Formats: sequence, structure tokens, C-alpha cells
Amino acid sequence: MALSADDVRRIAQLARIEITAAEGAEVQSKLERIFELINEMRAVDTTGIVPMSHAQEVSLPLREDRVSEPDRHELFQSLAPAVHDGLYLVPKVIE
Amino acid sequence: MSPEPLFAASLAELARELGAKRVSSVELTRGALARIEALDPSLNAFVTVDPERALAEARTADARIAAGSAGPLTGIPVAHKDVLMTAGLRTTCGSRMLENFVAPYSAFVVERLAAAGMVLVGKTNMDEFAMGSSSETSHFGPVKNPWDLAYVPGGSSGGSAAAVAARIVPAATGTDTGGSIRQPAALTGACGLKPTYGLCSRYGLVAFASSLDHPGPFARSASDCALLLNAMAGHDARDSTSVAREPEDYARLLAEARGARPLSGVRIGLPREYFGAGVDAEVAAAIDAAVAELRRLGAATVELGLPAVKHSVPVYYVIAPAEASSNLSRFDGVRYGHRAASYADLADMYRKTRAEGFGAEVKRRILVGTYVLSHGYYDAYYLKAQQVRRLIADDFVRAFGQCDLVLGPVAPTAAFELGTKTSDPVQMYLNDIFTIAANLTGIPALSIPCGFTRGGLPIGLHLQADHFDEARLLDVAHRYQQATDWHTRMPEIAQRSRA
Repeated sequence: MALSADDVRRIAQLARIEITAAEGAEVQSKLERIFELINEMRAVDTTGIVPMSHAQEVSLPLREDRVSEPDRHELFQSLAPAVHDGLYLVPKVIE
Repeated sequence: MSPEPLFAASLAELARELGAKRVSSVELTRGALARIEALDPSLNAFVTVDPERALAEARTADARIAAGSAGPLTGIPVAHKDVLMTAGLRTTCGSRMLENFVAPYSAFVVERLAAAGMVLVGKTNMDEFAMGSSSETSHFGPVKNPWDLAYVPGGSSGGSAAAVAARIVPAATGTDTGGSIRQPAALTGACGLKPTYGLCSRYGLVAFASSLDHPGPFARSASDCALLLNAMAGHDARDSTSVAREPEDYARLLAEARGARPLSGVRIGLPREYFGAGVDAEVAAAIDAAVAELRRLGAATVELGLPAVKHSVPVYYVIAPAEASSNLSRFDGVRYGHRAASYADLADMYRKTRAEGFGAEVKRRILVGTYVLSHGYYDAYYLKAQQVRRLIADDFVRAFGQCDLVLGPVAPTAAFELGTKTSDPVQMYLNDIFTIAANLTGIPALSIPCGFTRGGLPIGLHLQADHFDEARLLDVAHRYQQATDWHTRMPEIAQRSRA
């Protein structure tokens, strides 16, 4: 499988990572190398094999429905690039 | 008394000296800080060092020792990999994205070691977001191998490995997603343990690939690793994959008197796939010598096959990037971390923030992960990789029907020179060919030193055990270390600083 320049643009858009025109060819060639490695796996016969999503057969535990964490929003928001009145600020999205 | 003579002491020796008041935690901590100052300009193993905080913790530990309430690790200096959150202390993950991020809470394993009384002297350098096998992708510059500063220490936990190998600290934490504890341990001559998945909570470990990430200890010996694991293991409701088990003493087998053949009854599996082409001749010779030593100690060896293990690297480079692309989506310049200075709109802010905040390797892995999870490709890549992951796990189930431990090299070669594998990501990925399977399957595995190349670089022996069989794994490593002295060898830089 050859990864096209369009593929690279598409996944960069999905991943929300800007790739400049100057970087494009280099990124594309490195990703092609990685997919050459990955594609070796695609030839393995896995008919009837149950996918393994996890190292252990875990079932997600449930906890009692009660408040377990204190309110630390001030501490957490002190890490943010921009906050106002307890809200995270982002560029305007609605006119 | 000066703490300097103790810089190469074991954790048990340090506890004895502290308990007998022949040395204080403050003295040990000052010693570690002095060694950072002397050696770290050469090694670049640390990202952040906080002497005031360390000395305050040391004074608390000394008070605890004086009050008679000390445990086996109280007062002993430790360093944490900079992917583990440390409340009030900068936690960067080796990334520009988190260059100024001060963790609001501590990771479970950090809390546990602090509760045990260990003194945090600093945060160690690493491949950015733990993605790498050489500790060269850090935003804070590469870590150097203490055995030869022109060589890499392995990665991603290269700073922790180098700090332990250079005798700066007697213990450190790391994380292992595809070999990131074991491979740097091997390349620096340290000991490193990746415990069973779920044994040490991932709470506060900045996530790379959640189904593969494991915290674990670095130390100079298997017995020291056992003491650290005793403190680090335990159930934690804040990690939904944390396993609830009865607490165990992982050092319980180490002190048993067993005579000249202490490994009688232990069956060690030798997979054909670990002894073939692709393993450097000097590495292969050191592994063969270790097998002979283990036989002398009474172990029986069993030849076996792990035919699906050869697919580990491609499977890993689907699953790990897929999970990473999801986990790292949180770095968007809104809640924490870097935000681009100029942008046109919200979407542009995301794209520029992530383009500036992440390095090239992290971006590549996010892109690979995004691709394999994208519409129309999921079955061909992600689902396929999960099926091959099952085949690899089945190989180990069969192997542990025939043997107790699986043995081989940690890495195909000893350390390589800085800059020699950075231009080809796939060459770098192939370093982890022997370590990745233990992450895919979740089994415990460790690296202990078993020899040196003619050029004087350490070689690591890889031992893997069945799920939750850490006590036996550590016992076999310990018996080997009782009969050999590879783990006591020190790089010249560690001795030179002994002013």
C-alpha cells in the first residue's frame, strides 16, 4: 500500500496536526516506511481468532454512585492557558 | 560520616545504615544531589531537580527513623520518570507540550513510594511521551549512556536507567509500553522490572497506550527490585484495570537457603526465535553463558517455539499508535500545556498547538494511529492486530505449559551510537523485537546484566514469567546475581566522581 499525499493531508486533518507543505514529503516517506513494517502482519491467517483488546480478561468494575472527589477546579484551571470565571477560554466559534 | 561510600550500596544495606543511625537520609539525599551536580552535565538524565523539596522529605524521613516507624525504604533517595505525575513538581513527559506543566496530583506509584518514606530527588529525562528506544526524542535533549557518552542509554526510560547505572540514585521508576524499562536497563547495565499488567496502578501515569503501559522499578539488583515492587504494587480503584489481589512479599523466596543448586526444579524455556539470526554475536554469546550458569545453579532448560512472536513489532505499531492517537487528543491547548501564540480560529489553534507542542516521532505515531482507526481501515489494521495479539498470547500460554520462565536477550544489540538510528524510525522500532510481546500479553519480565561487549557496553538478559509470577522471576534473577557479579560492575564515570 502506498500512502498518498492526500492520505497524509486527510489524517493530519483528522489528528488536528498542522503539517506544512515543506514537511509533507518527509512525513509521507516516513509513514510509508512504517506501513511497510505494519503490512507484514496483514498476511497472517487469523480466521476465527477472537480479537484481544487487553492483556487481561478484565470486566470494568462499578463503584457506588456517590461523590468521591473534592472540587479542585481552581487548582486544575490554574494550569490552563486561558480561563475566565471558572470557564476555559477558546477562540470564538459562534458569531 | 560521609555518605559517599554508600553510593553503590543496596537498598537493604542503606536501610541497615539508616536504621543504625550511621548515616541520615539528609546525608544520603545530599550525596545524591551532589552526584547529580557532578554527573548530570555529562548524562542529561534529569529534567527537574528540586533540592529543597528533597531535603525537606529527607528530614521527615529522618524524623520517622528516629521515631522508630521507618519501613525498609524510608529515607532512601529515588528518581521518578518524568511521565509519572508528582504533585507540585513539574512533569514534562519530555515534551515541549508540557514544558511548564506542574502536576496537580501524584501518580499511584509515586504516592506509594512517598508513603514508604522514599525521598524524591528529581524527575528523569525520557523519550517524548515515552515514544522511543534511545531517549533521543526528548525536548530536553538526549540522555547519554554512562558507559560511553557517545552511546544512547536506550529508552524510553533512559534517564532513570542512566541515573541508576551511574549510581546517582539507588532506585528509580520507569514505565514500559514496549520495552521502555527493560531495554534501557539492558543498555546501561541496570536491573529493570516490568510487572504483570494491572499489578501497579497506572493512575497518574500520563497515558501513551493504556492497554500496554506498565509502571515498574529500576535498581542495581533483582532483590532491590523486589523491595521496590513490594511498595509499588497494590489495588487502586482509580485505575479500572488495577487488579485486586492479596498483597504479596515479592522478596519472600530470595532468602530461602537452598544449597549449591538453588534453581533445581525450575524449567527455563529457550525459544528458538530468540536465538537465531538478527542477534548480535557478542549478545548471543553472553546469553548462552547465562544459560550455562543457570544450568549450573540447577535449572533445567526446555527448547520451545513462539512462532507468532515475530509479528510483535508490526502488531505493536498498530495498537500502540491507535491508543496513543486517542490518549494524546487531550493535548489541545485548552485545559493545560502549550498553546500556540497565534492562530486564525479554534481549529487552527488545535492544529498549530499540536504541531508546535509535539515532536516529530510523537506526531508520526499519532498520524499512524489516526490512519489505522479511520473509516474503512479499522478491520484491516486494528482488528487484525488484535487478532495477531491473541496468537502471540496463545504462544506464551503454550510455553508456560512447558516451562516456568522464558529466557532470551533483551535487545538484539548492545547500545548504539547517538544519532545512528534517528533518521529511520523502523530501525529504531526493531530494537524492541524481544520486549514487546510481554506488553501485548501483560506477563511480567525483567532485564538483568549478563555480560559486556568487547567495547565495554553492557548486555541484558531477558526473563519472562507467567502472569503474577514475579516472586519466582525475581528469585531466579537473584540466584543468578548471587553467582555472578555483572550487576555490581560500575561505569568509570560513577567511580570518577567519588571525590
